[in-house]
Parts: sequence; structure tokens; C-alpha cells
Amino acid sequence: MAETLLTNPGESPARAAGLRGIADDWSSDQRAFKNVSWGKAMMWIFLLSDTFIFSCFLLSYMTARMSTTVPWPNPSEVFALEIAGHHIPLILIAIMTFVLISSSGTMAMAVNFGYRRDRVKTAVLMLVTAALGATFVGMQAFEWTKLIMEGVRPWENPWGAAQFGSSFFMITGFHGTHVTFGVIFLVAIARKVWRGDFDVERRGFFTSRKGHYEIVEIMGLYWHFVDLVWVFIFAFFYLW
Amino acid sequence: MTNVAVHLETQHPSLHAHVHDVPASGATHAEGQQHPIKLYLVVWGWLFVLSACSYLVDYFHFQGYLRWSLILLFMVLKAGLIVAVFMHMAWERLALSYAILLPPVLVLVFVAIMVFESDYTHLIRVLFFAPAT
Repeated sequence: MAETLLTNPGESPARAAGLRGIADDWSSDQRAFKNVSWGKAMMWIFLLSDTFIFSCFLLSYMTARMSTTVPWPNPSEVFALEIAGHHIPLILIAIMTFVLISSSGTMAMAVNFGYRRDRVKTAVLMLVTAALGATFVGMQAFEWTKLIMEGVRPWENPWGAAQFGSSFFMITGFHGTHVTFGVIFLVAIARKVWRGDFDVERRGFFTSRKGHYEIVEIMGLYWHFVDLVWVFIFAFFYLW
Repeated sequence: MTNVAVHLETQHPSLHAHVHDVPASGATHAEGQQHPIKLYLVVWGWLFVLSACSYLVDYFHFQGYLRWSLILLFMVLKAGLIVAVFMHMAWERLALSYAILLPPVLVLVFVAIMVFESDYTHLIRVLFFAPAT
């Protein structure tokens, strides 16, 4: 009983807020993240390191684009599509953005229903999120195919600076890989939720530890991060 | 050890009962982040509006500083909404928020360094590698 109370991360006596709270938490000679489980803290720290990876990609893209003397291809034209006889600039990327934002919305709702212990709604919303993610990857595959058919390579392209191709494939490829792994992760967790693992406290086959609905939120952090990275890619690579 | 536990129990009788109500370790995680669904729907709506706005920046061919400032504005607003509400950063303790949000801001130093570096590279390329006319 004593142990339960003492190690309970969520409900201990009131703590200071503001800068005082930061100093208290970090100098407490214990855990720094008081009401955050290790799983969530580690996901945040992983996302921080991933932020640096994508920052480096976008920075190298910026450096390549700023230092080249050859004109940069106009992304508005490169990613335009002919739909029903109309020439619409950047339309595919816009649709991809909306698909990914929708998936973020359904993921946020899944986290909410998870904490309400609504097994079916959580699983269904996670599967919808996974489906939207898979749609996104599908459209990206279409985009890559189209560009490769038009002669875009990492070392050359028909419209201008050669670095356009390498930046494009590197950045969108890495992001697409993240989305793909996210979809796999989503389906795996959705299966556990659907089966009721977190209601009956079934032990995981690999770690032999009991799972909690918190894993849905941790999964959600990853998924929202993927959406977040797309916000930056959309702004810097496609719109700039 | 026991003293602390007794102290806690006297301070929070409701907590004591709560631990017994919920089966086993579910107690520690049953609460989590709990916010009304409406909040998520509103943020979702705003993300759609902001994305549409940034698309329109391109559609209407805004150029120059107007284009760049609008792109950055919509980007920062979208990123802020996602991190604050969808990722629940707004409700975390500041110890976590600062640990996660401050380091990426320092990337701006790297950006500044690379801006100088690429300007320099560009200048050298223009001076020495420009095609002879």
C-alpha cells in the first residue's frame, strides 16, 4: 500500500508552478519529469532527437538552395496536376496535407476515447488513422512515380538546380518512412486495444509487462510528430 | 517510509479509496489527459483553415516578403496547435515543456551559421565558376 502511494506518478502533493517548479523538479534529486511516465518521457526525448534529424535535412536543403547559382525549379509548377482539364498548382500536396491533418484529428480523438476506456471507439479511430496514413503514403508513391517518369533524379532534373532531386527524395523519403512505420505501429496497438489487452491487463508477449491505455497517447505523440514534420516540409519545401 | 505513507493517507483519504476502487496498476494510468472532444474538433477545424490559407498563398501567387511571412505565420500557428493541444504539451509541467521545446529553438543558431555559409559559397561560385561570357 505504502509503495503504491509513494510510486504513484500522477497524484502526489501539490508542486510549485512556473520557474520555481522547473528548478524544484530538476533539482529534486529524483525523477525530473514528475507526472510523466517513463514511456511518455522517452517518446518525447526520441521525438526531440528526430526533430534534430529533420532539422538537419531541412538545413542542408536550405544551404543547397541558397548557394546554387542555377535557378531552383518552381515547386508550384513541378507538383501541379491536370484534373478534368484544369491545371491546378500543388493540388496533390494540398490533398496530402489535408489527409495527414485529418489523421491527426482522428488520432487525438482515439487518445481521448482510450482514456475513457472506450475500447471499440479507440480501436476504430486508430484504424481510421492508419488508413489515412496509408493513403498518404500511397499518394506519395504516386508523386514519386510521376516525378521519376518526368526525369527527376537525385543528381539531375529537367528544370534547374540538380540538388532539387536529392533534397526532395531525401526529405520526403525519410518522412514517408516515418509515416509507414507509424501505420505499422498504429495497427499493432489498435489490435491490442481491440482485443482488450489494456482492460484485462494482459502481459505483452515480448516484455511480459502489463500494458495501459497510456500507450495510445504515446503512439499519438509519434503520429502527431509525423504531422508536425509535414507542416514544416510543406512550408519550406513545397511553398517557399 | 511508513511515516510518509501514513502522512499521505491522512492527507488524501479519497486517494486511498481510489486506489482500491480501480483494479491493480490501472489506478496510476486511469486518469491521463482528459479533455472535452469539442476542443479537439475545434483545433482540427483550425488546422484545416490554416492549411487552406497556406495553400491559397501559393494559389494566388503571392511573392516576396509577403509570401514568406504568411508561410511562416501559418506554419508556426499550425505547429503550435499540434504541439500544445494534440500532443498535450499545454498541460504538461514546465520541466518537461522546457526540456523538449527549448533545444529545437537553438537550431536557429545553426540556421544563422548556414545562411552565412551559403551566402559565402554562392559568392565564390559567382566570382570563380560563372560561365565565361
